[in-house]
Order: sequence, then C-alpha cells, then structure tokens
Amino acid sequence: MSVEQAGGRDFLSNLGRVYSLYTFSFLGCVIVLAVLEQVGMPKPWIGYAFVALTIGVYAAIGILSRTAEVSEYYVAGRKVPAMYNGMATAADWMSAASFIGMAGSLYLLGYNGLAFILGWTGGFVLVATLIAPFLRKFGAYTIPDFFSFRYGGKVARTLAIIVLMSCSFTYVVAQIVGTGLIGARLLNMDYVVAVYVGLVGILVCSMLGGMRAVTWTQVAQYIVLIIAYLIPVVILSAQQYGIPIPQLTYGDVLAKIAAKEAALRAAGDVVVPAVGYINPSFGNPALSGAALWVEYVNYFGLILCLMVGTASLPHVLMRFFTTPSVREARKSVGWSLLFIFILYFTAPAYAAFAKMEVYNNVVGQNLATLFSADNLSWIRSYGRVGLIQICGVDATTLEAVRTACARVMQHTGDVASFNPTIQLRHFGIQADAIVISTPEIAGLPYVIAGLVAAGGLAAALSTADGLLLAMANALSHDVYYKMIDQNASTEKRLVVARVLLIVVAIAAAYVASFRPADIVAMVAWAFSLAAAGFFPALVLGIWWKKATTQGAIWGIVVGFGITLYYLVGTRYYAPAFYETWKGLSIATAAQFQAYEAAKAAYAAAATPANWVVLDRTAQVVANWWGVRGISSGVFGLPLGFLVIWAVSKFTEEPSQEMQNFIDEIRRPKGGVVMEDKAASAIGH
Amino acid sequence: MAQAPDDPAQKPDDVGYWKATQKLTFTAVGIWAFFSFFVHFFAPALNGISIPILKFPLGYYMAAQGSLIVFVVLIFWFCNQQEKIDEEFGVSED
Repeated sequence: MSVEQAGGRDFLSNLGRVYSLYTFSFLGCVIVLAVLEQVGMPKPWIGYAFVALTIGVYAAIGILSRTAEVSEYYVAGRKVPAMYNGMATAADWMSAASFIGMAGSLYLLGYNGLAFILGWTGGFVLVATLIAPFLRKFGAYTIPDFFSFRYGGKVARTLAIIVLMSCSFTYVVAQIVGTGLIGARLLNMDYVVAVYVGLVGILVCSMLGGMRAVTWTQVAQYIVLIIAYLIPVVILSAQQYGIPIPQLTYGDVLAKIAAKEAALRAAGDVVVPAVGYINPSFGNPALSGAALWVEYVNYFGLILCLMVGTASLPHVLMRFFTTPSVREARKSVGWSLLFIFILYFTAPAYAAFAKMEVYNNVVGQNLATLFSADNLSWIRSYGRVGLIQICGVDATTLEAVRTACARVMQHTGDVASFNPTIQLRHFGIQADAIVISTPEIAGLPYVIAGLVAAGGLAAALSTADGLLLAMANALSHDVYYKMIDQNASTEKRLVVARVLLIVVAIAAAYVASFRPADIVAMVAWAFSLAAAGFFPALVLGIWWKKATTQGAIWGIVVGFGITLYYLVGTRYYAPAFYETWKGLSIATAAQFQAYEAAKAAYAAAATPANWVVLDRTAQVVANWWGVRGISSGVFGLPLGFLVIWAVSKFTEEPSQEMQNFIDEIRRPKGGVVMEDKAASAIGH
Repeated sequence: MAQAPDDPAQKPDDVGYWKATQKLTFTAVGIWAFFSFFVHFFAPALNGISIPILKFPLGYYMAAQGSLIVFVVLIFWFCNQQEKIDEEFGVSED
C-alpha cells in the first residue's frame, strides 16, 4: 500500500490541507476557464472542460482509494472523521432533485414546497438521537446485518434486502436520468451519451475502493456542488441588493412578491398558487371541512414521511458506520445537517429571485419585447430545450408563440402583427429551469452555467454512488456472503462485490436510457416505503428490548405491504382501488361526477381512449381520506409500530442473551458488537 | 475485544445511564416535533408578522429557515449533553 493512497494514514492526517488545496485548485480552474471564455474559447468546450475536469478528479480519487480489505471496502475502515463524514453524507443525501429541482418546486408550489425543505432536513434529528449511534456501536456492514442479528436470521435479513432494493433502485435510476438531463440541457450533449458518461463517472468512483473511495469522492463532490449552488445566487443578490447574502435579502423579495400578487389579482390575473406565494394551502380561508382536512393531512403527512424516510434510507444510514467512534457518529450527523442546511436554506432564495424576475420583467411585457430584449435571452435559451412555455408551447421562436397566443387569446385579426401583452397565466416554467437559468438571468458569463452543470453532476453522481454501494453491498455481503457462501475468501468476496456493483450500475443506466417518466415520480415512493418498512423495526429493535422476531417480521410485512399496496393501487389500478374503497375516498363532488361519467362512458364503449379518461379520473378519487401517494407512509408507519407491539406481546420475549446484547449496543464504551459475535462464532 | 457485557458491577450504572439517555432523547425528539409540525400549524397567523429589517413573513421564515436552524443546533446540543451523560456514567469511549 503506498503512502499517497487516499484513505491511507498520511492522507488522513492531512485531510484539511488536501481538501483546501483541492478547493483552491477548483476555484483556480473556474477562473482560468472564465479568462479563456473572455479570449474566445467556444462555449461547448468550457462545458466539456468542466465535465472532464471534475470526473477526472473523482476518478483519480477513486483509483487512489482502491482497496483489498473487506472493512475498507464496506465501511472505509471506520476511520472517517465526523466533519468529513458530514460532508460526504451531505453529498450522498443531496441528489440531482435537490440541486436542480428543489428551488423550482418552491417556485411553483410557494409555501407548500417548503414541506420538502423541512422534510429533507428534520429527519437527521431522528438519525442522531434514535438510530445512528446505536448502529455504529453495533458495527454492521449493512442495514440488513442489523435486522438479521437483532431479529434472528434469514427471514428478517431477506425482508430488509427487499425493502432496501425497492427504496434504492428507482432512486438510483432517477440520479442517472438526472445526469442525462444535465448533459442534454446544459452541455448540449446527447441524452443517452450523457447517461453513459454518468455511468462511467459512477463506476470509476466506487468500483475499486468501495466505501472508502466513495467517501473521499463524495467530500470532493460536496465542495463542487456547494460552490456551484451558491455562486450564481450570491452574485444575483449582490447585484440587486448590494449584499451577497441571498438567504437574508430574499425576505424583502417575498414582501414584494406578496404586494405584486395583490396587484395582479386586482387586475384579474390568475395567481398560482391561488392562496399566494407565501401562504400555505391549509391557510386558505375559502376551504373548510373535508377540503381543508385534505390540505392539512397532505402537508404535514408529507413532512412526516420525508423526515422518517430520511432516517430510514439505507444509503444514508450506512454512512454513519464509517466513523471512528460512537461519539463521532453522533456528531457527524450534526455536521451532515449543517452542510445540507447550507444548500437547503439557499433554495428558497433562488425561487424568490426567479419569481420576482418573472413578475417584474416578464408579466406585462408584450411578446415582441420578450423575444428581443437582451436581458430576457434566457427565455429563448430555455424555451428551446423545452423548459419554458408561453401560451402553452415551447418558447422557441416568436412566430410559433404568436400563433399559439392568437389561438389561446382567440385573436381574430392578422396574426403576423399580433403582439399581445403576456399575463402570468400565459407563462409556464418547468421546475428544473429555475437553478439552470439563474446564471443567465444575472447576466453572468457562460462559465458559471458550466459550473452549475458540474455542480448538478456532482450531486447526481455522489447520490448514485451511495445508492449503488448500498444495493451492491446488500447483494454481495447479505445475499452472497451471509446466505450463499459463508466460507468465501476475502478476495472472492471483493470480486463478487465489484461484479455486482457493475451489474446493478449497468442495469440502472440501461433503464435510465429510456427516460422513464414514471421512475422519476417513483423516487418519492422511496421515502414512504423506507419509513414504513424500516423505521418501526429499526427504532423498536434498539429502544424496546421486548420487540420479538415475529413482531418485527409482521411489522415489516404489514407496514411495507400496505404502503406498497396504496402506492401501486392508487397509481396503476385506480378504478379497481376506488371501487374497493369507495367509502374512504375524499374528493370534490365534481371529481366524483367526472369519474362516474367516465365509468359510464367506458361501460358503453370499452375503447382505449375511454379507458385513459376513466383511469385519469379514477386516480383523482382513488384515495383513503384524501392522502396522496407521496404521503402514503402515514398509514404504514403507525401500523408498523402497532403490529410489532401487538405481535411481540403475544410471542415469547427475546432471550436474555439478546437483551444483554441490546444493552451493549446502547452503551458507547467497548468494541463493536457484531464483530465480537462473529469472532466468537469462529471460536465455536 | 470488548469487555464482558454482563459484568454485574456495571448493572446499576446501566439502568441510570439509560434513564438519563432516554430523558435527553425524548426531550430532543419533543423539540424536533414542535419545530417540525406544531409551529407550522400557525403559519397563516404567523405570516401576519413581519420580521423587522429582513421583512420575512414569520410563518414562511419558520419553515424556510427557522426550524432548520433549530434542527442543526439541536443535534449539536444533543451530542454535547449525551457526551456529558456518557462521561458521568463512565461509559464514554476512550
């Protein structure tokens, strides 16, 4: 082993110096590229330079961190200091959706979008207090390890593997779709080419060094993504307010947005969301009874599911296996959240600035100005890649939009000279456009757009790395080593781990190459599935000694099962689901009527077109008490706890030996529990 | 190698340690629940209050920044308190 190896002792004692040097070199490269742009380097080259440069660095770290030791491969040798594990966890956690999509969701949803901000941060309190220190003390390599140990045997381990795979696979596909979209939109690459570039980027980081390599690349990726996220909006804030702290200056923007919305309403325009940008939907005075309940249960239900889901996702929890001690594991959760917080408390600023830009410079302008003004060139740029629509069509050319507007506004005269004023209701923007277009809105050079692309890639790749490792480790450690060949040699285990990693990665990239729209929507499922499947058994396994094997098995089956049933039923079998659970459905009278009409039409003529209408209207009414699929963990989570408790009461309580082990897990002092047990098993 | 888990001399300490840990944890989870859910029920009313100088509507601010800051501080505070408990009961790592 050479001393320069990333993860080696020399490297570990010089972490601060290594990563400071890295950060300054990265900023230096940005400045060099900015200068090159000014002297005439073509734009696509700058974009490619960013991709090649950053992926090259990740690959170098990945190769330097190669390892032949099992504990290095699975848990980075448990040598990662709290702060660096925090950075790695932050990159692991923040996905392409956080980086590119979240600000856009806030723009579109207003206050209600903050459920994502709250939901994706608050869960770390649960990780720090209820779970991480105990799992670290236990000393597992994977989450299924803990289930197998605590709930004795293969059934629990198998169930844990099923839950883990179903949460992680759609999630990783969405990350690879994210790399494809970033390549296509920001760098004008072919989508499928960008997908496979992403695949290579993921494999070079993770294959040779497993967790060790992924850890040190994720730290590097965090630095890139946070710089890329902050720079555009900091400059925008400095331009508009003279203060480069967008997180503080956007308060004033919010006040202006509220005033502007009042003016728009007075002028008869439609404001989206209807209740206003800063107000929650459950604060709408027009709502009452069931309609109000639906808003409450979905807003707070979503926060609960995202938080508990965060505290249950295997690719996050396994990061806390890598710290040197229980104390560091706890503290590193705090660091993780601090590093995540830096991005999440900036996202609403992005959204507010974009909203203000649209209100000030788009709404009320005439069409000709939108297509000629220099400061609005971003509308044309992002219209061309399908991110901005005017009058319902992509804002590509003035002619196309003018024709569409003439139709929408029922203009009867000469179309060629038609130059309408654009109202808010005519202007559509995709969520992904907000972060991507901010550099151009601020009038920044292309190099910043390249930087944002590099940041988005870092976010997508780092999350994909963590997810792939979680899945491949479950397959190689839990399925192969623990269930198929317990006598496998170290070399063989690592070969199997790497082969499975490549297989899962290629499968994910292959699915992603079809641009599956459904898969991306399914990512939201992962949180409810993880919350219902893992959280009750995990928490009770640590906090309640009397939780039994039977209790946990039934708890997972029922909690996970009911969540999956609800998600699949309401999404793919909506008419049947509604007919089965009619009495529990909450919807408006108009929505019920629409469904009954569609049902009658389909009964009269069973055509595919009628089926589409029936299915669409059924999805609106197919629910239990108005709960949307994304919040479906509100059923499975409490039910999981209830079932574990009830079944445990009726089954024989865990052995004294097991209860002693739980005591040991709760006590920070002493070595890890699992390895001790493995050692004693060998001694038998 | 870990020390023997069932050393009888440690038993009473274990009970006290776990009680103190439980109390701290439930406090932390209580604060978490308050700032995750409870304050946001009042978002419509809180939006009527504007934070001086910064001009944030308070309801929006609590969901966009306020609760997040509480979460970050809460975890570091929790770590600190838990370390004190660990030391007090002699179960902290070397």
